[in-house]
Amino acid sequence: MHVPDGFINAPVSAAAGVVAAGAVAVSLRGARRELDERTAPLAGLVAAFIFAVQMLNFPVAAGTSGHLLGGALAAILVGPYTGVLCVSVVLLMQGVLFADGGLTALGVNITDMAITTTVVAYLVFRVLVKVLPRKRSSVTAASFVAALLSVPAAAVVFTLIYAIGGTTDVSIGKVATAMVGVHVLIGIGEAVITALTVGAVVAVRPDLVYGARGLNRPLKLRVGGELVDAAGTPAPAAVRGSQRKVWLTGLVTSLVLAGFVSFYASAHPDGLEKVAHDKGIDAKARKHASDGSPLAGYGVKDVSDARLSGGLAGVIGVGVTVVAGSGVFWVVRRRRTADTSPSQLTETV
Amino acid sequence: MGAGHAHRLYRHGHSPVHTLPPHTKLAAVLCFVIVVVSTPREAMWAFALYAALLAAVAYAARVPAAFLLKRLLIEIPFVAFAVLMPFVAQGERVDVLGMSLSVNGLWGAWNVLAKGTLGVAASVLLASTTELRELLLGLQRLKLPPLLVQIASFMIRYGDVITDEMRRMKIARESRGFEASGVRHWGVLAKSAGALFIRSYERGERVHLAMVSRGYAGSMPVIDDVSASRAQWSYALTLPCAALVVCLLGWVL
Repeated sequence: MHVPDGFINAPVSAAAGVVAAGAVAVSLRGARRELDERTAPLAGLVAAFIFAVQMLNFPVAAGTSGHLLGGALAAILVGPYTGVLCVSVVLLMQGVLFADGGLTALGVNITDMAITTTVVAYLVFRVLVKVLPRKRSSVTAASFVAALLSVPAAAVVFTLIYAIGGTTDVSIGKVATAMVGVHVLIGIGEAVITALTVGAVVAVRPDLVYGARGLNRPLKLRVGGELVDAAGTPAPAAVRGSQRKVWLTGLVTSLVLAGFVSFYASAHPDGLEKVAHDKGIDAKARKHASDGSPLAGYGVKDVSDARLSGGLAGVIGVGVTVVAGSGVFWVVRRRRTADTSPSQLTETV
Repeated sequence: MGAGHAHRLYRHGHSPVHTLPPHTKLAAVLCFVIVVVSTPREAMWAFALYAALLAAVAYAARVPAAFLLKRLLIEIPFVAFAVLMPFVAQGERVDVLGMSLSVNGLWGAWNVLAKGTLGVAASVLLASTTELRELLLGLQRLKLPPLLVQIASFMIRYGDVITDEMRRMKIARESRGFEASGVRHWGVLAKSAGALFIRSYERGERVHLAMVSRGYAGSMPVIDDVSASRAQWSYALTLPCAALVVCLLGWVL
């Protein structure tokens, strides 16, 4: 999904560059809060990890294989700010060194693949972790959903950027369908791998998983056959009744979310069909050529309309999710400013 | 460590392009790519001139054409995309070899292919004439936030270490009879990825402690500060300036 030079026109690339620079500046400040002066080595090593894990191939079926994009994984493992930084650095180095993704399209690539995936994944993840019971398995489940949504969200953002500044004349409906359709499939793979990886880390070193902070049980000592709290371990922030409303909002959000997931799931065969369609495009063209109206299939009114509406629904869905998520966190943050705990989220979107 | 200390992307040499300070080269490549992207796609001859300019740079840098072309292969996914474009784009159509293609789509495909290829070629030339460490210094000179440059330098420095660790885990899996052939084996691979994360993170902590014990206080000392003379700047900026002339001609003609 690395966008090359010349794919998006110059003004929009510049605007995306400004957005990316702003977000990276915010993340630099935020990462210092997440990691203090350990930022440089730790974020660097995590970036190297993301870079390496993108090369780890996950075989899908005979011959084909996929790999991790890593935005959601980074957000959950090391926190949103560090996650944005790590993925941005990976993209920067890929652009400068490996010529993977154009230099002028760097802003577009960062906005799309570093910022969107990480922020969407983290917001969804936090909401789900709040709503689900405080268990390790819910961390895994939440990271599944977060990664599942982050990839199509990136596709939607790409489509938006393309709609504003695309240099080619392919209709937005088609781009949206192709991008979202294909990336829903990719998202499923990403979700499974991310959830399994987060699960593996949580099982061994739960303290390293940023998203699972606050899930650790306080250390208990057995003194004379009786469990006693070990001194010096801070008790996790108690959940108060006044936060019920927040929880409910989160629940509704996740229901909306689930609705869209099922929507996507039912659209899944369409995505597959679309890919097959694209892959076998010349065969298709030949077949139609005998009809005398080549590629007429692409102009079928109701199909393209349905696809367009699908894409629009996706846009609205992700938009609603992000807005609702941010709203929930804004409320949570307002409520909690009094008693700051280390696990508290200070997300400013 | 037995294979030299330069990255495989770098091609060692002593050409005038190699000896230019890294930040002038970075600025030149960036300006060149911006100029290329803002050229109107109808001016086909302009892109030929750009390619000629890059070829001249490659000649001056003594980068063989085969090396350059091999590295251009990274672009293939987008070539595939560009090939699709004339089929799916809208607008008036022309008949080419019995297939009806969209005129706009053809222009779009040409646009992406030409600009993308030139961009990739410019980046490849930059990476093959500039050492990684120099490139990072150059980024720092171009006022990229120092923390970002530090993160990038750690990533570059430990990228090979982490990749090697991944390779060793792969060998360990395979020597125990594991062979990933489908979705059923994702669990094992994901556990490896998790283990790799833990190892990377712990290595990061160790690296930090080692740095602290050597007096690190949040910023890296700049040992070799590179500066560029006016002559070097003007030499490096010849490329984007020539490209700018071509671009303006493209708009006027």
